Amino acid sequence: MGADVIFSLRQELMVTAIVFILLVMKVGMAELRTGVILNVVNLLLLANVILGCLGGPVSVAFNGMFHTNPLIVLEKNMLNLATLLVSLLAYDWLKGHRHVAEFYMLLLATLTGFFFMISAGNLLMFYLGLELSTIPLAALSSFDLEKRQSSEGAMKFILSAAFSSALLLFGISLLYGATGTLDFGVLSRRLDGSAYQLFAFILILSGFAFKVSAAPFHFWTADVYEGSPVPVTAYLSVVSKGAVFFIFIQVLYIVFKPMAINWYKILVLLSVLSMTVGNLFALRQERLKRLLAFSSVAQSGFILAGVIGSSRAGEASVVYFILIYIFSNLAAFGVVSLISAQTGKEGIRDYRGLYTNNKALSWVMAISLFSLAGIPPTAGFFGKFFLLLAGAGKGNYVFIGIAALNMVVSLYYYLRVVKAIFMDTPDEPIGKLNIPLMPNIAFVICVVGIMVTGLAGGVYAYIYSLSGGLYGY
Amino acid sequence: MNLSLLILAPLITAVAVLFCGGLNRIRWVSLAGVTAQLALAFVLLVLYWRERTGGNEAAMLFQSRFAWFPALNIWYHVGVDGISVVMILLTAFVMLAAVLVSWRIGTMVKEFFVLLLLLSAGAYGFFISLDLFTLFFFLEISVIPKFLLIGVWGSGRKEYSAMKLALMLMAGSALVFIGLLGLYYSVGSFDWQQISRTPVPVAVQRIFFPFLFVGFGVFTALFPLHTWVPDGHSSAPTAASMFLAGISMKLGGYGCLRVAVFLMPEAAKEYSPAIILLATIAIVYGAFATMMQKDLKYINAYSSISHCGFILLGIGMLTQTAMTGAVMQMISHGLMTALFFAAIGMIYDRTHTRMVDRLGGLLKVMPYISTVFVIAGLCSLGLPGLSGFVAEITVFMGSWQRTGGMYRLATILACASIVITAVYILRATGQTIMGPLKDPKYNGLTDASWNERLAGILLVGGIVAIGIAPYWLSNLLTPGIRPIVDSLGKAINIK
Repeated sequence: MGADVIFSLRQELMVTAIVFILLVMKVGMAELRTGVILNVVNLLLLANVILGCLGGPVSVAFNGMFHTNPLIVLEKNMLNLATLLVSLLAYDWLKGHRHVAEFYMLLLATLTGFFFMISAGNLLMFYLGLELSTIPLAALSSFDLEKRQSSEGAMKFILSAAFSSALLLFGISLLYGATGTLDFGVLSRRLDGSAYQLFAFILILSGFAFKVSAAPFHFWTADVYEGSPVPVTAYLSVVSKGAVFFIFIQVLYIVFKPMAINWYKILVLLSVLSMTVGNLFALRQERLKRLLAFSSVAQSGFILAGVIGSSRAGEASVVYFILIYIFSNLAAFGVVSLISAQTGKEGIRDYRGLYTNNKALSWVMAISLFSLAGIPPTAGFFGKFFLLLAGAGKGNYVFIGIAALNMVVSLYYYLRVVKAIFMDTPDEPIGKLNIPLMPNIAFVICVVGIMVTGLAGGVYAYIYSLSGGLYGY
Repeated sequence: MNLSLLILAPLITAVAVLFCGGLNRIRWVSLAGVTAQLALAFVLLVLYWRERTGGNEAAMLFQSRFAWFPALNIWYHVGVDGISVVMILLTAFVMLAAVLVSWRIGTMVKEFFVLLLLLSAGAYGFFISLDLFTLFFFLEISVIPKFLLIGVWGSGRKEYSAMKLALMLMAGSALVFIGLLGLYYSVGSFDWQQISRTPVPVAVQRIFFPFLFVGFGVFTALFPLHTWVPDGHSSAPTAASMFLAGISMKLGGYGCLRVAVFLMPEAAKEYSPAIILLATIAIVYGAFATMMQKDLKYINAYSSISHCGFILLGIGMLTQTAMTGAVMQMISHGLMTALFFAAIGMIYDRTHTRMVDRLGGLLKVMPYISTVFVIAGLCSLGLPGLSGFVAEITVFMGSWQRTGGMYRLATILACASIVITAVYILRATGQTIMGPLKDPKYNGLTDASWNERLAGILLVGGIVAIGIAPYWLSNLLTPGIRPIVDSLGKAINIK
């Protein structure tokens, strides 16, 4: 293995190294206190994020199985950052947990899988990466070992993941049968949009739709989100979804480029369905985790709108939005996680009057919800605007109109939570909560991220300058 | 002058308020902040005047721009002309008065003033934007402060009203958003001046003009999308009502005129009858609906629908005089309605009721507040010498310039609505202000405190200044209206 290969694989190697360090710590120093492990891991993850900031050249390894470029390096680093944030936010929950080292090993194994998946240049590699991440994720979602709901969530996750993987695999094998190759570049030259290939495409698309929980493939989402421990839910909704979207654009833009006319209409349908179904179901949820689950279905619909743009602006806006989504959604889940860990309350009704005793926490929640709803000056506004701007590039204004109306609908349920926090006065509001240092750092990062990512135009310009390489090969 | 100062001033004040301790310090810092806003607005007015008299003929002055999202051709681009300067001045006036009457706010004082200041920053940003993306950004930025101000500090069905207002305004924004995308993909830019120089294809205009006009129209209580106005205005705390009716509703009128009509003149001509129809319905319906109200705030809210109908009527008539009148009506209504809400707030603070039938004889115990109330009422019904008369007569004269049965009918109906206005205003003032004291417990009530007096003087001063010497105002507005008239003149006649 040459030095250049090590350099282009450095993010994967780094994450794997952390897993091994944890293994040594677990086996060699059994009586280590939980707090120490948490601190060490968070430092390592921070180092990982900083290392990831070094740019990377365009390079291909393992006969085209693995490829990387500056945008992919950035995407991976965004996932690194999200993982760090999840880890910081989970501090309260993990401190009382007996299996901290295992949690991180599983988490990082998942991350490694995602990295290989994003970097895949071959459908086989893609599938391997995906499966490497799916199985630990299922274990993670049952990590609240005492709760029955958690095991139930994990079970549902495994079943739906297996089902979607089967769909993907079937599609991939059909595609192999049609073209005799699994390589992205070669595939795109051999596709012509025949009915047979279209069938393979639909299967692959369904697999993807399962993974990003786009309607009508979203049924697992709410139950799994509700059953899993909150940090795992946060990880699922942000990192897992982000990673799948990253590879999804590549597969669509590179492999299925010759079939763009075919997938355009299907994606419009998928996007409209996801937004509408997600929003309508979110309207009546009483539990915050379920509300955020359905909101994440709706957000998938919005991201799909950017994907539909199938242009450089579309690609950039998707990556940009996922960055914003990392900050916004993790901040929201962070608050939920903190409150759930300290009081065990997870319903919207329980949040009434939160503002009386927890001002900072309430504002974090409000800002993140406003960002999710796409209200300026938060970054969510810019993210949504650019997604729809890219989506309108094809001139489909009816579609954009539906999307814009959906933003109004979604505002209602986000405002419901804000209303509960700020306006309602219950007999017994949640008392003053103690926010430990680690989640505090994470909240600051998230809020700063939400405010800066949008207002400072540089972030988008940077992402835009990196994107657009997908048409290259 | 660097126009971004107008946005920065409230933001800096808001940050300063955040770090203040103590009730009094928060109030005084906010007051200092809004006074600085007014000073800035006056400096802007003087500088603008000097440029114009110095012979600067450029359409937009004090422009500055930098690329915000260069990849998408989105700029932060600001500049002002006469219309914007006047709107900025109005905002500064209303903001100062709003802070002055908010002296009695007792709960979460810090948050209240910060949100109020954020609202004003959004309004300034909106009025100086020359890039439609920036404009949209500032249009939507007010959703959070409005929602929280009404929901937390409001009265009555406040949560319901706050939610209704936020959702309806967001729906308006969504329509504006679609219209903007249409323009963007037709011209390739959000730049207001560039779009105004590029003829937008008539087919595009025909589709997207309604989106823009109706979208902005929601903010200006365009019938039948006015339903957020009564609930929102009457539930909001005094300062927020003043801002909502005084400034926020004007954002819509400004957008209709500046963005929809100016950038799509052909479609404006084509849709003109529809606009006039809706505006006339709003005027007449609003006036009749007001007659049925018993709550002072509802009276003012419904009369706002009627008065904002004049704005839309003036814009819909598309003649220079009518459009000038529409902008004058924006200013006049902004000052008058803010004054009205301030007076109602003062009365409510003391008597704890806003119901007309429970009030009476207030002139005896609070002469100052009652006088202010009467002045606002007289301005509302269009008494010569006050701004309402000037604005309305200009709209009517401009409307009469359009010949044709339908336009004449609309003008006559609008004129006739003034009679109804007189009925409800005189009845309300008569019942609340005049007559014997209704309730003996009102005997011990105090008159306006110094801050309330100051707020009253400020707004009454504005109303009278326009009423007596309207010429300075129309002089300011004409150069801003003329390009719109020119573009309408150049527009090919479709019919």
